[in-house]
Amino acid sequence: MAGGIDPGLEHVVRGHLDTPAGPVPVVSTQLARVDHVGTLKARCGWGRMHYRVPPGLYAFGSPGAKSPVLVSANYKLTFDALRRELGGVDAWLLVVDTDGINVWCSAGKGIFSTELVVRSVQAAGLADVVSKRRLVLPQLAAPGVSAEEVRKQTGFYVAYGPVRARDIPAFLAAGQRATDEMRRVTFTARERIVLVPVELAHTAVPMLALALVAFVVGGLGQHGFSLVDAWRYGWVDAASVVGAAIAGVVATPLFLPWIPGRAFSVKGAVAGLSWVAVWMACRHGLGLQAGAAEWLVHTLLLVPLSSFLALGFTGCTPFTSLSGVRLETRRAIPAIVASLVSGVALALFVLLEGKLG
Amino acid sequence: MMRYLESAITLRLDASLCDGCRRCVEVCPHGVLAMEARRARIADKGGCMECGACVKNCRRGALAVRAGVGCALALIGNVAAERDLTGPG
Repeated sequence: MAGGIDPGLEHVVRGHLDTPAGPVPVVSTQLARVDHVGTLKARCGWGRMHYRVPPGLYAFGSPGAKSPVLVSANYKLTFDALRRELGGVDAWLLVVDTDGINVWCSAGKGIFSTELVVRSVQAAGLADVVSKRRLVLPQLAAPGVSAEEVRKQTGFYVAYGPVRARDIPAFLAAGQRATDEMRRVTFTARERIVLVPVELAHTAVPMLALALVAFVVGGLGQHGFSLVDAWRYGWVDAASVVGAAIAGVVATPLFLPWIPGRAFSVKGAVAGLSWVAVWMACRHGLGLQAGAAEWLVHTLLLVPLSSFLALGFTGCTPFTSLSGVRLETRRAIPAIVASLVSGVALALFVLLEGKLG
Repeated sequence: MMRYLESAITLRLDASLCDGCRRCVEVCPHGVLAMEARRARIADKGGCMECGACVKNCRRGALAVRAGVGCALALIGNVAAERDLTGPG
């Protein structure tokens, strides 16, 4: 039952609709400034795991006993996507408790499950509210939900709606029929770009720690660490690290379709190599030429960094399979480790040789 | 849609068990399955991402796949605990 609503969501509720199962909050389809600010924060990874909506039944427009029942996750961004797209639609929305995780990820984790749908239908007293025994589930809930089992246990037939909320009005208007295009996931430049800030936020701390290490190592001269050397040369090495991380976390996702290779670790390595080449050219331009050994050390240390970060992006895409990721990870990790170990060994050798000679 | 490492895909279909309900075609986000003579057919195996939606919604058990989330970091996290990576496939 969605009797109450979090104080933080009061602006979302326009009023209440009396039903045989009690009052149901009517949802505003106008997004407010606070919703946009919340979206921005979540997209940057700020409080993203606690951005949720109370589960239960909600109303869009003025639904009746024969209106469609949509089912969705209790992640606020998911809820807001529905609010944005359902203006002018009369429908019920059953929000199920997915721990504030979006539809597809929660279905993949087994949170958005047959049992959850069955339990939520019963808890909301849906059978008393609508006469039509039919639910519209998001298509992307299908990895976790068996339509047949839901029907057996609740008497409600499950129709899978479109992938994207914006297609719901057309889906409903067409008698709950989805076109092939509505059933396909996409991964457009725009869809990739919105993922980058969270990825950056996740890698920021280790990336800056590595940059600090590089800064200190850059200050190691013939007489040990010197702040003057660090100031003069350390920033160059710190920038090398930051650039390689950005090649893996930002450039690889943005240019994903155009970077050669299918394996993400390969794409990341290509991006990392490109960064090393560009950066070395920049250093040349700045009069900070590097010898062959330094080139090699850079390549051996920076390329695996980009490669590993790009490998991590597999979890953010809608087309990588578990078997493919297993295959790729099993091949990439030994190569990444080998490259890092030889890079460190070579760097130490160069450093010690410089001291001795 | 971009394509990934197609040779690794584990999706299998026993069409003789299919009763033609179309659920698999309905739930697949990549158009991997199609109907032919009232039975499901794997039309584009390489496009499969092993999400498991078709298997979960096949009431006849005609489909099989090693379903899971294709995320390297989750996989690496599991390795320490389960040695998942050393298994078959």
